[in-house]
Amino acid sequence: MKFRKNSESAVASDERMIESRDTVGLTQGQIIRKRFRQHRAAMVSVFTLTVLFIGVFTALDWRLLGIEIPGWWRYNHTDILELQFENCPGGSVGCPTIDLLPFIDGDGLGWGDFPFGQDDIGRDYFSLVMRGAQRSIFVMIIIGALAATIGTVIGAISGYFRGWIDAILMRITDFIITIPSIIIGSVVGYHFGNLGVAFLAFYLGLFAWTGLSRLVRGEFLTLREREFVDAARVAGASNRRIIFKHILPNAIGVIIVSVTLLMAGAILLESALSYLGFGVIPPDVSLGLLISTYQESFSTRPWLFWYPGIFIIVIALCVNFIGDGLRDAFDPRQRRGKVFRSNNREKK
Amino acid sequence: MVGYIFRRLGVLIIILFGSSFLLYNLTAISSDPLEGLRLSRDENAKFQIAALTRTLSLDVPPPLRYFIWLRGVLGYLVGQGTLGATREGGTVVEQISQAIPVSIRLVFMATIIAIILGISLGIISALRQYSRFDYSMTFAAFLMFSLPIFWVAVLLKQFLAIEFNDFLGDPNISLPWMIIISIFSGIFWSGILSLLDRRAYITFALASSLTFFTLFLINYLNWLERPRLGVIGLAIIGSAFAFAITAISVGIEDRKTLRASLTAVLVGLAFYYPVQVAFKWPNHNWVLLGLALLTFLSANLIGRVMGGEDKGPTIRTVTIVSVIFGILTILDRLMQVWPRYVRLSDVNYRPIPTIGDGRIWLEPVGYWIRFLDSLTHLVLPTLALTLISFAGYIRFSRGTLLEVLNQDYIRTARSKGLTERTVIMRHAFRNTMIPMTTILVVDFAGIIGGAIITERVFGWRGMGTLFNSAITNMDLNLLMGVFLVTGTLAVLANLIADLLYSVMDPRVRVGAGN
Repeated sequence: MKFRKNSESAVASDERMIESRDTVGLTQGQIIRKRFRQHRAAMVSVFTLTVLFIGVFTALDWRLLGIEIPGWWRYNHTDILELQFENCPGGSVGCPTIDLLPFIDGDGLGWGDFPFGQDDIGRDYFSLVMRGAQRSIFVMIIIGALAATIGTVIGAISGYFRGWIDAILMRITDFIITIPSIIIGSVVGYHFGNLGVAFLAFYLGLFAWTGLSRLVRGEFLTLREREFVDAARVAGASNRRIIFKHILPNAIGVIIVSVTLLMAGAILLESALSYLGFGVIPPDVSLGLLISTYQESFSTRPWLFWYPGIFIIVIALCVNFIGDGLRDAFDPRQRRGKVFRSNNREKK
Repeated sequence: MVGYIFRRLGVLIIILFGSSFLLYNLTAISSDPLEGLRLSRDENAKFQIAALTRTLSLDVPPPLRYFIWLRGVLGYLVGQGTLGATREGGTVVEQISQAIPVSIRLVFMATIIAIILGISLGIISALRQYSRFDYSMTFAAFLMFSLPIFWVAVLLKQFLAIEFNDFLGDPNISLPWMIIISIFSGIFWSGILSLLDRRAYITFALASSLTFFTLFLINYLNWLERPRLGVIGLAIIGSAFAFAITAISVGIEDRKTLRASLTAVLVGLAFYYPVQVAFKWPNHNWVLLGLALLTFLSANLIGRVMGGEDKGPTIRTVTIVSVIFGILTILDRLMQVWPRYVRLSDVNYRPIPTIGDGRIWLEPVGYWIRFLDSLTHLVLPTLALTLISFAGYIRFSRGTLLEVLNQDYIRTARSKGLTERTVIMRHAFRNTMIPMTTILVVDFAGIIGGAIITERVFGWRGMGTLFNSAITNMDLNLLMGVFLVTGTLAVLANLIADLLYSVMDPRVRVGAGN
């Protein structure tokens, strides 16, 4: 690994590593990207998530401003189709036609008509899961974006200006932290649930920023004492410029990592709320709602239960791994390799 | 310090006031408790509306009504407080005092298990950083982070309750399963115990053959149908624990302590039959309490007599061993009633229930059957809660220990020539526990709040259910009551965590910044 000693990563600098390698120019961003690419699980997750996102969002028809954009999947989540019952085990109806065991029955991988089966009234379950995943991802991204913006702004202001501004903002943060997000979500969701998914995502985002703002504040409190901030101030930079151009880029690692993990939590929160009946409500679809609707059918038609759950887990898992990869990439103290063990041997 | 605590308490009261005001108005404005009655065509609807309006003071606008509620709460300061009435006419206090024990019973066990398992796995994972064990632990932790609890709960209900009950109907572990379990146990233990390749193979062989032998014995003795430990089982398991705890806490070369722990096990075995008689006495709770007290006393005595000059560590070790032995003895007693329990007509060979917190008995049953019954009802929810919560402890303890191991004082300890065990258990582990403690305090405060989703899936009537029904019934007083209890505990726990931190870590000076 190549490191360039620049003032901004002075704390981070690991002397042994710098001595041992030639130090040709690599920007901070290049270093981070390189480290991120070395995190195998995170790269796999990025790939999976990208494929999943593209697949999920192009599967169904879109209606935008009166223009209809056709999706690649043949049905829509609103189509009510005839229930299939041929080849279904145990006399159940609407079983999945997806063939994941190409070598056992020998007719190869295939989608079939209804890869994930059909629901009670014959709707194609694959379309429903796609629609649910769209909703869940949408909620996740809105919550992430909103929490990131509010959290960063509040954390930055209170960490930078300190004093009474800090005191007031942190007390506000404290009292929002006291109310667990599931309680806020339930109370608001129960009464305004009919306003749709965007509203749900919006108010969940309004209460999800507290942890991030504390983190950002802490980061700003230490960074504002550093020499490069003094230098900028002496050079006549305005507060705004110092915050956005000098301090924020140095805190961006913490922010990105914590927002990723927050988004993984957000998708679970949305599904939990929908499960309780306070989140996305019918006729709209979300992954949590699908699980909640069909949990009783687990013993007879398990596919209605499996697929939405697997989608939630895959999405949350990928986001978590990306967060972990980012943390490793941004955290200069992390060194790959068997650090502790080799240290151990050196000292004996 | 005292001034700081009072200042913090002051801020805390203001925060609680603010958040309860927010929640109260948010709910009051957005919900209409009379909605159902207004739409009803019942003749009495008008009177019911009037009555409900009077008891809940609905004619007062929400911001002012909040202060009526607050007056009731503050009344507790002068001894005549009230949390108001529920919609059904009961009092909120009554409902909450019924729900809290249920929630504690549900979450307490899961929290303890998650903490112990999570911290030990996290520490092993950190000590074997970037090994295969570490990677699989990381993966497992992330997987558990991503699991929706209601999904896990349904899976547990299906596979653990229904199919495990079927299995218990005719318990016989088949050969393929025996082989699979043995291989897994071998992989697990070789991952934990050894770093070098050759030793890993030996550990693998030993652990898997031991597991295979145990499973074979379980089958051969028909142990799953008639589980028991008996004196022999207690002797083997007890002394194994004595060796293990001694090795971890003071090192196996400390013969004094090893002898003392083994003596404690011997004493426990000697008292096995008298204790069995004591278990039969009618006042079961008092007997158990007395026995627990005796266990601690005898452990202390043994440690004091046999500890030599440095008594502290010996007493500590012996106490841990004795407590484990006591738990094993109680387990043994429960196992004795297991065959009878399974055959009861209310149980009917399906011992692991999927719902509720206790059976309703049609026939008279004894204390131990009830005890066992509440434990079997805990199995599934505890598993579900443990699964989703212990990943956090793994990650946190791993991260903290890695941080601590890079500190200078660890280098100093190593360079003094201390053994690796001393460095890790005395110097690293204790410092890892400092930040852990603050999290533990907050988590324990959360126990009272219950688990909204878990309670719903498994049909427990705890605080989570109360909260849930308060929202759906638009029962404002009940909602605020639940919030008051959980919210107060949460902020108090945060304060205690901060204070504990400064007590344990002298580098942190409380109140310096404020």
